[in-house]
Amino acid sequence: MANQDFPLIFERSKEGRTSYSLPELDVTEFDLDAELEDVYIRKNAPDLPEVSELDIMRHYTGLSNRNYGVDSGFYPLGSCTMKYNPKINEDVARLEGFTHIHPYQDPKTVQGAMEMLYDLQTSLKEITGMYEVSLQSAAGAHGEWTALMMIRAFHESNGDYERTKVIVPDSAHGTNPASAAVAGFEAVTVKSNEAGLVDLEDLKRVVGRDTAALMLTNPNTLGLFEKEILQMAEIVHGAGGKLYYDGANLNAIMGYVRPGDMGFDAVHLNLHKTFTGPHGGGGPGSGPVGVSKELEPFLPKPVITKKDDAYVFDIDRPQSIGRIKPYYGNFGINLRAYTYIRTMGAEGLKKVSEFAVLNANYMMRKLEKEYELPYPQHCKHEFVLSGSRQKKLGVRTLDIAKRLLDFNYHPPTIYFPLNVEEGLMIEPTETESKETLDGFIDTMLTIAEEVRNNPEIVQEAPHTTIVKRMDEATAARKPILRYNKQ
Amino acid sequence: MEFRYLPMTETDKKEMLHSIGVKSTDELFSDIPDNVRFKGELDLKNPVNEYELKKELTAMANKNANLKQYSSFLGAGVYDHFIPSVVDHVISRSEFYTAYTPYQPEISQGELQAIFEFQTMISELTGMPVANSSMYDGGTSLAEAVNLSAAQTKKKKVLVSKSVHPESRAVIETYARGQGVEIVEIGLIDGLTDLKQLDEELDDTIAGVVVQYPNFFGQIEPLQKIEELIKQQKKTMFIVSSNPLALGYLTPPGEFGADIVVGDTQVFGIPAQFGGPHCGYFATTEKLMRKVPGRLVGQTKDEDGVRGFVLTLQAREQHIRRDKATSNICSNQALNALASSVAMSSIGKQGIKKMATLNMQKARYAKSRMKEANLEVVFESPFFNEFVVKLSSSVDDINNKLFNKGIIGGYDLERDYPELKGHMLVAVTEIRSKEEIDTFVKELGDING
Repeated sequence: MANQDFPLIFERSKEGRTSYSLPELDVTEFDLDAELEDVYIRKNAPDLPEVSELDIMRHYTGLSNRNYGVDSGFYPLGSCTMKYNPKINEDVARLEGFTHIHPYQDPKTVQGAMEMLYDLQTSLKEITGMYEVSLQSAAGAHGEWTALMMIRAFHESNGDYERTKVIVPDSAHGTNPASAAVAGFEAVTVKSNEAGLVDLEDLKRVVGRDTAALMLTNPNTLGLFEKEILQMAEIVHGAGGKLYYDGANLNAIMGYVRPGDMGFDAVHLNLHKTFTGPHGGGGPGSGPVGVSKELEPFLPKPVITKKDDAYVFDIDRPQSIGRIKPYYGNFGINLRAYTYIRTMGAEGLKKVSEFAVLNANYMMRKLEKEYELPYPQHCKHEFVLSGSRQKKLGVRTLDIAKRLLDFNYHPPTIYFPLNVEEGLMIEPTETESKETLDGFIDTMLTIAEEVRNNPEIVQEAPHTTIVKRMDEATAARKPILRYNKQ
Repeated sequence: MEFRYLPMTETDKKEMLHSIGVKSTDELFSDIPDNVRFKGELDLKNPVNEYELKKELTAMANKNANLKQYSSFLGAGVYDHFIPSVVDHVISRSEFYTAYTPYQPEISQGELQAIFEFQTMISELTGMPVANSSMYDGGTSLAEAVNLSAAQTKKKKVLVSKSVHPESRAVIETYARGQGVEIVEIGLIDGLTDLKQLDEELDDTIAGVVVQYPNFFGQIEPLQKIEELIKQQKKTMFIVSSNPLALGYLTPPGEFGADIVVGDTQVFGIPAQFGGPHCGYFATTEKLMRKVPGRLVGQTKDEDGVRGFVLTLQAREQHIRRDKATSNICSNQALNALASSVAMSSIGKQGIKKMATLNMQKARYAKSRMKEANLEVVFESPFFNEFVVKLSSSVDDINNKLFNKGIIGGYDLERDYPELKGHMLVAVTEIRSKEEIDTFVKELGDING
């Protein structure tokens, strides 16, 4: 497609054109305007599009052609686990018995849905080794905050109001400190050591009477397993704090090690990462929370339980932190995750982690020839390269990312985690073939060569996309956040 | 067992292990200490093939009584509306649903533009200049609005009307506790916010006032009068939760001086699906633009001057600001926002008023028929598509009997309002036919005696 503006749906509008089809008014008509005070009757109709049905399909098909998903090509976006989204999941999630059920129907009339949720809870308990699981949270960050609110309630139930701090490693996802802040805690940082792991000495220094919890991703965002996890648990528990597991990287360890067995008191999972919920261009996700027995009384309401062979919503939970979301979580995403778990079983899930790790190590060893690898040990499901050698030649990691677009790849996560200079965080996932990995490796090596011989081609990338690099500075300085008719 | 999502062959694996320089994949896991390792196999149900699994899940789905088999008058925040066929065709395009957040604008213009259009539609409906790219749902969006009002005004008390959705109020309570914000409930008179009490509670310690429009009982809160009370306090923010479909007929909150308008776009193209995923929206003033939670898409140009879109004002967000961010939200409901955009495009400028009006007409017809059947309808203020009927016995019992007649009855208000024992909240949307309404009224009248 040529480089040109793609019209907005509003620019396709023509006065008087419609595409709606609504039921007829088959009842006696009331004089609505006479009923309401005039001030409450809308005078200016909202300027929604006036388009035909074909206009809609052409418009959104055109937009979809201007987008890139996992089905379009390789998407090694570190920390995001962009694996294949199975199609049976989509079909199942569209069954009328699942899509058209109301959250306030009598539980007796939705036992199939509740059975699915209960089974999913049971499966996630087993996979994480936690005592109980709640499916209420809508996304990972929502799960983090939910679990932190529970930890807070736990401490307060012991009359302990002094625990105001949550410790997060310097390599943590941004949501960790943000969730801590929203839950009313102060976030404090613990440093990583030279091996890319949490520095135990620094942990001992920051932990104390005021520690509510330590939030940890394991493997961490460098893709490295925190092997001193039991010592860390001992330090944090010894000080009376709780250990929180950010499940963003669970894809690396299923069937190998469980957060519950590593001493974690609370976990959240990202069903839209590890368990194939599609990312949807940013959401919806699902972020279930698993907890230890000690934290169980604080779970958000309601909790799905089984009573005399029937599934019920338990709302009689006096110590619960309350509701964190209306209804019962993102049911449609939970259903997709359930379908995936039923497809894979224990054997399949362990293979998932095995291949996620194999693929990452394979790529890492091939790419370290040209790119700096700051942490040389075996990685788990992802690894982080540094673009420092290329930077010395005047090419930034951002340029390398943009150059990958010309080869029809989605770039890795860049400039994260913060403790790697010019970071390139690569997560291939287990659903990619060796041929795909080899193709990407070759391209990365080609780009490294371009950096040496023809840096401009990288610095000026992308060359083949429908738009070039965007003026983000102007976008932020003079924000235009909606369409206005000329 | 074969796994169709795992493409590596034994040969691939051997070559890769050789290339890495290890003998087995186990070596790659050698950094996991033996004493924490999971031994044995996870206790999960055996994996099933695609055909059997679809059969199994279809059987599970069929155990649920669904809204397409029954005639439903259940609403209370989640509604059974018509969904145009185009919606699912668009959101089934995998360039949309298998994409991540559009962090690479050059290959994400489709999603970015779709969000920009969504922001515009929400802005139009609510009468607010700024709308974000979506929130988890109406309830959490409202809770974020409450916390934003406290952060912005540096005050720690928020007044919330009891006619706001009970689950949203419960969510507000939890979020507010995290931030040390005190919630004071404003009571009701005849199903509307008690303006006298609101006036009494309003002083310069109040960060925000929260009302719902139309409220939980379907009634239309007098936003003009409420705004007059609020604006006596210079800083207090006016927060309105609104069903966006109703705004096809009602004057939008933006025209009554609202500072934040939130709600859920489930009414546009998103099925009930047992309560989620739905799609929260968050709209506000220019002044609060840089305090909005979640993602915003802005228009800009590329190097060649071609119009394009990017995620913008990201300095508000957790991945940049970490603990100083305005919210911890990361994943949102992008695909559902897309569904709602397609539905809003399909309904269009002409259809939106027609659809809102149809809801109002059918609900009025149902209400008048109930009165004719000597059912006691309470609260007489103007309403949207829901109203309250008082019954002679428990709503639970009556709903059980209705269910046997193929009807899913309304919401039992006693669940949240002990004083409303035997009161049913009835929702009538555009897809309920005259015949369905007549049958419902007749059966309800017969059961009620």
